[in-house]
This record gives sequence, structure tokens and C-alpha cells, in this order.
Amino acid sequence: MATQHSRSAARLMMAPAVILLLGWMLVPLSMTLYFSFKKYLPMRGGDLGWVGFDNYTRFVTSSSFWPSISATLTILGGVLAITVVLGVLLAILLDQPMWGQGVVRILVIAPFFVMPTVSALVWKNMFMDPNYGLLAYLWRFFGAEPVQWMSQASLPSIIMIVSWQWLPFSTLILLTAIQSLDSEQLEASEMDGAPILKRFWYIILPHLSRAITVVILIQTIFLLSIFAEIFVTTGGAFGTKTLSYLIFQRVLESQNVGLGSAGGVYAIILANIVAIFLMRIVGKNLDN
Amino acid sequence: MGRIVLDKVTKRFGDVEVIPPLDLTIEEGEFTVFVGPSGCGKSTLLRLIAGLEDVTDGLIQIDGTDATSLAPAKRRLAMVFQSYALYPHMSVRKNIAFPLKMAGLGRAEIKRRVDNAASVLNLTDYLDRRPGQLSGGQRQRVAIGRAIVREPAAFLFDEPLSNLDAALRVGMRLEISELHERLRTTMIYVTHDQVEAMTMADKIVVLQAGVIEQVGSPLELYKAPKNKFVAGFIGSPKMNFVEGPEAAKYGAHTIGIRPEHIEVSADSGAWSGVVSVSEHLGSDTFFHVHDTGLADSITVRADGDVGFRHGDKVFLQPREELIHRFDAQGQRIE
Repeated sequence: MATQHSRSAARLMMAPAVILLLGWMLVPLSMTLYFSFKKYLPMRGGDLGWVGFDNYTRFVTSSSFWPSISATLTILGGVLAITVVLGVLLAILLDQPMWGQGVVRILVIAPFFVMPTVSALVWKNMFMDPNYGLLAYLWRFFGAEPVQWMSQASLPSIIMIVSWQWLPFSTLILLTAIQSLDSEQLEASEMDGAPILKRFWYIILPHLSRAITVVILIQTIFLLSIFAEIFVTTGGAFGTKTLSYLIFQRVLESQNVGLGSAGGVYAIILANIVAIFLMRIVGKNLDN
Repeated sequence: MGRIVLDKVTKRFGDVEVIPPLDLTIEEGEFTVFVGPSGCGKSTLLRLIAGLEDVTDGLIQIDGTDATSLAPAKRRLAMVFQSYALYPHMSVRKNIAFPLKMAGLGRAEIKRRVDNAASVLNLTDYLDRRPGQLSGGQRQRVAIGRAIVREPAAFLFDEPLSNLDAALRVGMRLEISELHERLRTTMIYVTHDQVEAMTMADKIVVLQAGVIEQVGSPLELYKAPKNKFVAGFIGSPKMNFVEGPEAAKYGAHTIGIRPEHIEVSADSGAWSGVVSVSEHLGSDTFFHVHDTGLADSITVRADGDVGFRHGDKVFLQPREELIHRFDAQGQRIE
């Protein structure tokens, strides 16, 4: 885009896409802001006028607010830890030359193609059901009492299900990153006297840092709004009510659009806090 | 310190024998260059010595001890890679210090050695930069720095100058030669560039298809090439080869004559032809002479002020005593 002319032509041609994206973002955002200042109960009288910041104070003073924040962050942290650690290990494993590499790689990526609702249901009914789930059989086989996964270990169960879905994503990104590592660097470090664990720590891990940053950022965006897995498993019970699930309950179960919208604004704020926080910690990896 | 002996070293990848059994001795303090065309196995041979590849058969001795199955780090060899293989996320200082840190040296000792290497290589001002912020020549020096701090028994260079531009290459060539003069450590240097081999080496090993064609000092190889391959590979421009009745006059299947050993003139000479292309370098002029009835093209070197042009008829007079004779198998006839 060298000349003035081609620059303005480029701007003109990008305009429709930019305007569309902007509208897509601005319309729901301003509607959420608009409703959050109203008492709006669709089945119980509809629009009941402006209420100022009432919805905001009600939302945070509700007894389910702080537990929902904590559940959201626990799931986020747990899934990130599991997917990044296992993702790095799996990526290294899949990078090794082995028989049937192509098939194995496709199998590893497969969970990502399964819809969240479906995979959560499969986990809930096939594996974690305390009566006829596979894990229950396994527990009984060793003479143990089957775990009531969804009630006794509700958060770990959800973390497990979501990690299973997102592990392929992190593995895939980290695998491509590992493949871009110059083999001469590894050979050089080998000649420099670094044994295998030190090669991992000083050469491979720093090389992966940028990819890990990308994985964490992208997964954070999606995991903050995780919903289907909770809806079809615990339905928000047993301490698994996340912020997005709480908003869903306020809007659809309590039929209080205003209150839910205020919650939505809080969710936006939370997402931004987490994003800034993450960028601070890992963002320097995206420089240079 | 730094005597390397290869005894019947063999390397096979599956069924392909890359290096047939090969014997070679590299003396202490020697600057040895492995030279040959691409794919001749010179890099593989270097990697076998380094321990980055396993030998299929044979023995490698370093300073009298068997190093055949020793891990690369235990062989006390340092290698400079073609891509330099610097660690991009570490500063120059950390790059150079890495082998010392792995060896578990103390902080003060590491700092002393790194500062010392940096001053030898003119890197002191760049110690806190990342490799990505350095020029090609500086990166090359960092790679050398990382090698010299370990005080190895021998240095291995794998085509270290091939990523540099022509001017820088000449400069670095000189620096590596000076480094060798100062350290007097054994160096093994792999290149496909015969100019690098001729200018730097104490001993040149010419390789073709994994086989050593000839080992000798640069001038030995230039003056008495053992066979046609070495004769054609060493020297620039290439030696001219003439077959047929002209060669039979000298009692050989093929005769070879270097471009610098032919006199060119407008009026007299044993051979004659027409100038096709003349390349004026200022100091020298190269004429590519066609229609000689001897070979497709005969290359001749003359002084810079000899001014024949395209289409001129010229006479060529080879210097009889400098003609190399080869038999039908390409071996030298004394």
C-alpha cells in the first residue's frame, strides 16, 4: 500500500467488514447497557422504568455472586493448567517419529470436533454415572465405592470434561510450535553439555513460550463464557454456577432482564480484568 | 590435546552406505578442511566426529581414548553450526555462558571466561543484546565465542560462512585463520568452497561420495592432484581437460592444464581458437576460447591488460612442464 490512492482505496474496501464487525459488537453492548439500568420483567409487567444502579447493586449483593466468580476462575485456572501442561507433553510425544503418526495425530485432535453439549453428556452418562458409568465399574472392580462425580466432585468433573475438549487445541498449537524449533539449536545445546531435561527447560520451553501465551489467551476468552457443559451436567448446582450461568438464570429462569444485563456488564469487566492481568504476565512474550 | 583418529569409520542410513570404511588422522593443532561437492558426506563425517550421528562401524579416537560411543558433550569438542544455532531467547552473554553453566562452573569463573571471549571476538559492546539484534558476522562471532569458552580439544565448523555475503565471508575467513594461529587448537572445517579450503587449511581432505580422494596440503593438491576429480575441484577457474589425439601425444588418456598455465597471444602457439567470452576482473582476464578442436571450451587466464574480445582469433601455448597427465581411470600418471 504504497501510494495515497491505494491507501484510501484499501480503506474503502475494508469499510464494510469493519462497519459490520463494529455493529455486531456495538448493538448488543449498548442494548445490554440500556437494559441494565431498567427494571424489565418480561412476564411480570414488562418495562417498569429506569432504576439507576439498582440492578448493579442487587447483582453483587446477591449471595450467589462471589461463589460464581470463584467457580468461574477455578474452572478457568484448572483447565488452563491441565491443557498447557499436558499439551506440552503431548506435543513433544507426537513430535517423535513413530509408527502410525498420522492416525494418532488425528485421534488426538478428534475431541475438538465433538460439540460441547454432546461431549459433556457422554462424559456424564458414559463415564461418570455412579450406577452404570465406566468409572463406576472401574471403582467397583477395585472394590471401592463409586464416586458420585457430579455431586461429590462437581468442579473437578467439569474441569476434566472441559480440559478433555480443549487439550487437542493446545496440543495442536504447541505441536506446530515445536516443529518450528531449529534442530541445530537442540544439537548445539547437546554439544554444550545440556542433558535432556535441561534441553527441555532452557531450549524447548522458551521456544514454546509464545505459543503457550497464545493458547492461554484464546482459551481464556472461550472458557470465561463456558455454559453448555454446566447446563447439561449439574445445571448450576453443587457449586458449579459460573458467572455466565448466573446471568442465564437471572434472565431466563427469574425472567429479570435488567438484573441479568447488569451481570453481563460485570462479566465484560471481569473478562477485561483477566485479559489485562494475563497480558501483563505473559504479554511480554508477544513482543519482538 | 586434539589428535583425532578415524579407524575404518563407516556410516549407513538403512541400505545406503553414505561413508564406506574410512581412515583419517587429524594431528594436534592442525587446521583440517573437509571439502567436496554437495552430498559428498563431508557434513555427515563431521557429525560422526561430533557424536551427533552414531557410527555404523569403526572407531573414533580423540586424544588416544576411544570416543566412538561417547555422548557429544563428553568428547570435549565444540561445534559452530551453519545456521549458528544461537539460542534466540538468551542474550549474547547467556549464549556464550551456556556451555559453562551446563558444566556447573562458578559465576565468577563464567563471567571471567565470557568477558575474555567477548574481548577476543570484539563482542564486548553487544553482550546484552539478543541474537536477533545482531548482524550476520556478529552472530557468527557469538557462535565462535560459545565454542571457545569451553576450551575444547578441537573445534568443528560446519560450513560456517555460507550464510554470509561475499565481503563478510572474506573477513570472517581471515578472523578464523587468525583465531587458529592464536589458539593453536585443532580445527576441522567443512566447506564446499575450494577457495576457503585453499586459503585456510593446513591439510585438505577432498571427499567424493564418502570416499577420501586425496589428503594433503593446499599446494600439494594444487601441484600434484592424484586424480581428475581433485584436479578439477581444486583451483579456480577449473582446470581444462583435453582428451583424444592431443592427450595421446603426451602418452595419456586425458591431460589437464590450468588456465593460469596457458599463454595467450595473437600470433603464435601450439593451439588456436576463437574467444567466446572474456571476463575482465581488472587484475586478471579470463578468456573462454572455443573452436580449439580440443574441448568444448578452454579457459585461459591472462593479465588484466590483455584485451582480446569476442570473436578474436587467438593462439594458446600451454606450459609443457605443468601439464598433468591422467590415465583412462582418471588416475594421475607420474
